[in-house]
Amino acid sequence: MKKWDAVVIGSGHNGLVNACYLQRAGLDVLVVEKNEWIGGAAVSRELTDGFLYSNCSYVCSLFRPEIMRDLELPRHGLQVIPYEGGAVFTQDGDHLGAHRDHHAHRRAFARFSKRDAEAYERYARDVTRQCRFIQPLLMRTAPDPARLRPRDVSELLYLGRKFAGLSAEEMALTMRFWTMSISDFLDEYFESDVVKSYLAISGIIGTALGPMSPGTAYVLLHHYMGEVDGSVGAWGFARGGMGAVTQALAKSFRESGGTIRTEAEVDRVLVDTQGAKGVVLAGGEEIRADRVVSNADVKRTFLKLVERSDLPDPFVRDVERFKMRGSSGKLNIALDSMPEFPALPPNSPCVRGDMHFTDSIERMERGYDDWKAGRWSADPILDMVIPTTLDPTMAPPGKHFMSCFVQYCPPKVEGRDWTSADRDAFADTVISQIADYSPGFRERIVHMEVRTPRELEDEVGLTEGNIFQGELTFDQLLFNRPVPGYAQYRSPIGGLYICGSSTHPGGGVMGAPGRNAAAEILRDAKRPNKQMSPAHEVL
Amino acid sequence: MMARNTVETNTAPVSDVFGKSGPLRLETPFHPRIAALMHTHAWYDWSGYLSAHSLWDEELEYFAIRSQAALFDLSPMVKYRIEGPDAEAFCDRLTLRDVTRLKPLRVQYTAWCDDAGEVIDDGTLFRLSETRFRLCCQERHLPWLLDGAIGFDVAIEEETEAIAGLALQGPTSFAVLQAAGFGEIGSLKPFGIAEFAHEGGRVTISRTGFTGDLGYELFVDAGDALSLWDRLWEAGRLHGLNAIGFGALDRARIEAGFLIANVDFVTVDAALRADRARMPDEIGLGWLVDMKKERFNGRRAIEAARAKGANRHVLVGLEIEGNVPAEHAIVYHRKKREAGIVTAAIWSPMLKRNIAIASLQRPYGDTVTDDLWVEIYALHELRYVKLMKRARIVERPFLKLDRRRATPPGGF
Ligand SMILES: Cc1cc2nc3c(=O)[nH]c(=O)nc-3n(C[C@H](O)[C@H](O)[C@H](O)COP(=O)(O)OP(=O)(O)OC[C@H]3O[C@@H](n4cnc5c(N)ncnc54)[C@H](O)[C@@H]3O)c2cc1C
Repeated sequence: MKKWDAVVIGSGHNGLVNACYLQRAGLDVLVVEKNEWIGGAAVSRELTDGFLYSNCSYVCSLFRPEIMRDLELPRHGLQVIPYEGGAVFTQDGDHLGAHRDHHAHRRAFARFSKRDAEAYERYARDVTRQCRFIQPLLMRTAPDPARLRPRDVSELLYLGRKFAGLSAEEMALTMRFWTMSISDFLDEYFESDVVKSYLAISGIIGTALGPMSPGTAYVLLHHYMGEVDGSVGAWGFARGGMGAVTQALAKSFRESGGTIRTEAEVDRVLVDTQGAKGVVLAGGEEIRADRVVSNADVKRTFLKLVERSDLPDPFVRDVERFKMRGSSGKLNIALDSMPEFPALPPNSPCVRGDMHFTDSIERMERGYDDWKAGRWSADPILDMVIPTTLDPTMAPPGKHFMSCFVQYCPPKVEGRDWTSADRDAFADTVISQIADYSPGFRERIVHMEVRTPRELEDEVGLTEGNIFQGELTFDQLLFNRPVPGYAQYRSPIGGLYICGSSTHPGGGVMGAPGRNAAAEILRDAKRPNKQMSPAHEVL
Repeated sequence: MMARNTVETNTAPVSDVFGKSGPLRLETPFHPRIAALMHTHAWYDWSGYLSAHSLWDEELEYFAIRSQAALFDLSPMVKYRIEGPDAEAFCDRLTLRDVTRLKPLRVQYTAWCDDAGEVIDDGTLFRLSETRFRLCCQERHLPWLLDGAIGFDVAIEEETEAIAGLALQGPTSFAVLQAAGFGEIGSLKPFGIAEFAHEGGRVTISRTGFTGDLGYELFVDAGDALSLWDRLWEAGRLHGLNAIGFGALDRARIEAGFLIANVDFVTVDAALRADRARMPDEIGLGWLVDMKKERFNGRRAIEAARAKGANRHVLVGLEIEGNVPAEHAIVYHRKKREAGIVTAAIWSPMLKRNIAIASLQRPYGDTVTDDLWVEIYALHELRYVKLMKRARIVERPFLKLDRRRATPPGGF
């Protein structure tokens, strides 16, 4: 029976990044994926003729350029196109436009508040300063304060020195960012409700918290620490949808000799007294490997794929307590023609960016109230983009793919399981909101895919449908992610690693967890790791 | 008492101060259309023409080239019409490549030298028929061409103003041409030329460009320029057609590894310092030199330099670690010895690599190719961060796209 050097459970982008680095370092790696397709939450599928959807994730910024370069992803077809614009439509028929041009942006804000328009400068400075502080941490394994081996000490010192290097004012700001609600945080800068709601959206996306919940200021940062070609905080579309990321990874992996098996669901990890020995597939097939790397989330990995008796109890209880609450849904819509938005001027660039219909923090918070009560928001918060305005590959000329991310959507409906009728009613709530601002919208729809936490869990394997494989609250970050003592991609079982978004530095299509995990695995395997180039320095 | 100067004010329109030689900056035949799309007012001067550096957002214009389609006004490019029974012989004598093998309706990228073998310019030579050529280039060379034509039965005419040119580049450029009624262009291979009827006149379309992407160049009489623009613009509505300026094109051309005269090398006519002139071998154009041709300008000198190993420079593509573009940085060997200079550099969005074109002094880039470094001065908020970054010599073009060559081309 063949014995692999490593088997990776799951072909999400982190699993593939991990597999690529291991394979390039000379290990013989097998990736097993339960679905017929690869990609996890970074996937593009053609569900209706001629239209390609970004079924889950839809915009790209966090994915580290160092990884794209190391793994030669551009050559394997990955191309990221930055987008411009964006808008919040207001209930009185107006809109707040967002623009890449600094002064156009300022003047658009000034229509709502001259003060806010100029306050944006300091806000942008402060956010950027924080991103500059966090960015260098992304591609490093967090220290383990409980173990304090020499490298933990030096890593803690690194963190300490970084922190000590801040001015008193910056330190205060950092603490505020890590702890405050996005609503309170924005109140320190802005007065206009529309401006605040536009900026607050990044603080609640994918998070089971409202804009008034402490911790959401950090979630906003998490969405700003990416870049497109050096523009920090910019977002773009992967040409061909987010599946282009994982397709390129798969090509790179196969080219370097790696093997991927789809429709191969892991039932459990094989463990003996010495540690992980391989996996058993759902059909009973055993696959032997020297090490097992799980790309599945931390709950799925340790609560479903490993026997409880193989794990120390405190660890299991920490994993159980890890917060993974589903809070989002998504509509993927094939459109017969470009929707109209009468609030926008003709040829407005805003349609090429992210569009929203929630014009006050109050409305956002009410949307969250519904989630707490176990209902989807009656007045949902949408993050809507039309990638085909810049990407000709996803729909026929003149037709469009619209991606519509929806906050909030509960993992269970008033405590019971989702039904298909619930799902349709949820979709209708969303469509109605769009149609309020875009006459004739319904008539343009030729096909639609509706995803609630139920579909996200069943299909992608995201527990409760949590899009980040675990909430990005500060108690679950750095050396606490996923659980204290196990933030270095290892587990209580020797040879069993985790590499998905449940680990530091967290969710989003970033690749850093997969890459950092590979560095740790290669360190354990005492293999040179020349393929991994150093992270770009933040100048 | 203060003296009072009386200055006579000139009340004539600004544009008239040069009288019959026209305004300070000429407008190209496409000017009304470009002006209507010009949001940034980022005009620049291209050989005396008012040209767009960017119209909207340079970075997004670059991505139009790489994801959709981009329309670029190249009318200011200098064009010469070379016609007559001896046109082929003349061009063959003038340029480095074998023109007798350039079939009608084909294009050659080429260069030409003076008798010392030093490069006068590079450009594209279009063979429009058995006896008619068009030479397109950056600089002006009429005396050189006319003097060289003595003894050939050939007429040479500068036709820059008379002929309007457009570059249509990007993955949907074929789809745009198809929608504009030029669908037969599908069978055209790279460097091919086709002619189509347009508004009672003709439009010449070649599968050429400066981007390394799928793309075409279109030439018409200046009088037909606007109707051609409109035809393409209307056809491009559903194919993401964008007007772009030079800034975007420049990024694309670096990825494609193309040179610009007097940016990446100094042309011999522009060189005030004689040692700045370059032979083809010194600027990566050695491959153009066809030594099987018995006679062409510069042949003897090039041959002698090759025999003696006298070429002093090498032009290379570099990949530099990190993500800070190394524009005009000095290249070092072992971080110490000066080895050359970077002439053009960008962070390549398509490759996610930091790339550069550099001119090195031999033996660097020739027999000594390892341990090369560039020193980058990154100025941030009034402090230089000095970076010494490792540079590796890599092949040009940096970017190779299958869609550039695919025939028939795809829709995107
Ligand atoms: C709807 C939605 C929208 C999002 N939008 C964005 C966005 O726009 N931008 C962004 O950056 N991020 C976004 N995210 C977050 C981002 O997509 C995820 O954080 C990221 O893709 C997770 O990647 P991963 O590799 O860590 O894990 P996953 O993508 O979750 O991959 C895990 C893989 O493991 C497989 N698997 C699980 N169990 C088993 C088993 N037992 N056997 C075999 N295989 C198994 C799964 O099928 C899956 O392929 C979004 C997420 C969702 C769900």
